[in-house]
Amino acid sequence: MYRVMPGLLERPQFVVPTAHSLPFVRLSNAGKAYRKDGAEFIAVSDVSFEIAAGDFVSLVGPSGCGKTTVLKMLAGLLQPSQGEVAIGNPQNPFRPGRDVGMVFQQALLLKWRTILDNVLLPAEILGLRKAESKARAKELLAMVGLHGFEARFPYELSGGMQQRASIARALVHDPKLLLMDEPFGALDALTRDKMNLELLNIWRQFKKTIVFVTHDIAEAVFLGTRVVVLTSRPARMLENIPILLPAERTLDMKTHEDFGAYTRKIYRLLGVE
Amino acid sequence: MTGATLAGEEKSETAQRPQHSAGRRISGRSWRRYGLIIVSHLLLLAAWQASALYAGLPKFVLPTPAATVATLDGENYRWIANSWATATEVFGGFCLGALAAIALAVIFCWFKLLESLLMPVLISFNMIPKVALGPLIIVWFKYGIGPNMLIAFSICFFPILLTTARGLQEVDPELLDLIHSLKGSRWQLFKKIQLPSALPYVFSGMKVGAILAVAGAIVGEFLGSDQGLGYLMMQVQVTLDTPAMFMALLLITMIGITLYGLILLMERALVPRDARLA
Repeated sequence: MYRVMPGLLERPQFVVPTAHSLPFVRLSNAGKAYRKDGAEFIAVSDVSFEIAAGDFVSLVGPSGCGKTTVLKMLAGLLQPSQGEVAIGNPQNPFRPGRDVGMVFQQALLLKWRTILDNVLLPAEILGLRKAESKARAKELLAMVGLHGFEARFPYELSGGMQQRASIARALVHDPKLLLMDEPFGALDALTRDKMNLELLNIWRQFKKTIVFVTHDIAEAVFLGTRVVVLTSRPARMLENIPILLPAERTLDMKTHEDFGAYTRKIYRLLGVE
Repeated sequence: MTGATLAGEEKSETAQRPQHSAGRRISGRSWRRYGLIIVSHLLLLAAWQASALYAGLPKFVLPTPAATVATLDGENYRWIANSWATATEVFGGFCLGALAAIALAVIFCWFKLLESLLMPVLISFNMIPKVALGPLIIVWFKYGIGPNMLIAFSICFFPILLTTARGLQEVDPELLDLIHSLKGSRWQLFKKIQLPSALPYVFSGMKVGAILAVAGAIVGEFLGSDQGLGYLMMQVQVTLDTPAMFMALLLITMIGITLYGLILLMERALVPRDARLA
């Protein structure tokens, strides 16, 4: 039941499968190829990794390595053309649509809606109860530091604040899986550091399973409980590295020896010395 | 070090607040703006009066503002009836054109095949100068308010159709991903995303269409009509009654401004400032 992919895990391979070790997300040799003008274009191939419920997985790699394609397969937006993508298990069922939250590089807030109404969009689409969703949306906005901005329009907020609102939107329907596609890529370095810490807070508090796409290796190591490294030529998976840093991550940790070792290792994998 | 960077970031994020808490000053500024609009129009009026009095032009070339306004007394001009006829053509043609254009754009949005089939034909039709249809419309429908409305309709229909169709297409692909990831329906996508995001485009097309609709109605009246301000202009032209022509022109302009103003008011009510197109 607990199939181990070749070269998948660095930890001992004699893990005894128990109910608790059932993975929440499982990609087995997943790949996506497109046919364009008769020629086959491989976006990504042979990606295999597992994610336990509550894990924070960083997907890192150069642009064009298919990070976003993997994320879209997890979101159910793309069907893999080879292999399999499975989410959920008997103990922890997954409802497609209902249990996915997405955050993109752009906040993608609707200009004609207030911040509160923007956050409520997924709840409306899923047809959730209004009063409860509203209370939850307000709670989430307060949590991401946007208390008092509920009635504002997006243009009245800075880029960082807009992205906070979009994180609140991704959480309003209480999804089990949070998919983030370079969510802090458009922010300045300082805002980004702060958002990283806030995201870790949210992750700890809500116990979500998070898949976080980034091309920033330091960010990937800083956030992830594991880092999946993808490469572009050809688009495939290189490594799956568990990050054994203290669960409580602080910015000071970025100067820690182990942190440096992890980032160096990933740089080397990607051919950057 | 950590504390310092966080405090710095806090500042940069809240730095935007003064900008929008300045709402009260904006209203002060807008009063000044309206004041300036009135001043510039008064200056225009003064320039008109001055050139009519001192430029040495004959009266039938440039009448004074007073002589122009004085024509309002002339019962033969039937100002109210003629203005009413023109306004009916402009508003009727515009409303029908806008409704038809928006409806067709929405239909195209749902039935892409129909769009691919009909759009090329419509674009060819759009190449026809609508004014040139006038004589034909008179042959088909005789002359009067209805046919002139039809010219106004045909001339304002296309810009609204094209901008609305474009607006309905302009949806960020990632926003589509977001809706699809939630298994949102086609109808939800249309209602919650496409339609509201197309609204600024609709208004942008309507503003262009409004100006064209006035031109269309007047041209229709030039070509053949028994009422309307355009018809009146043709009548008084024969007797070189320039003051009446000026008055007719003013009334036509006011009809146009009224239509344009109503569109602006609607846009203000429906589209938040940031989303409006120029």
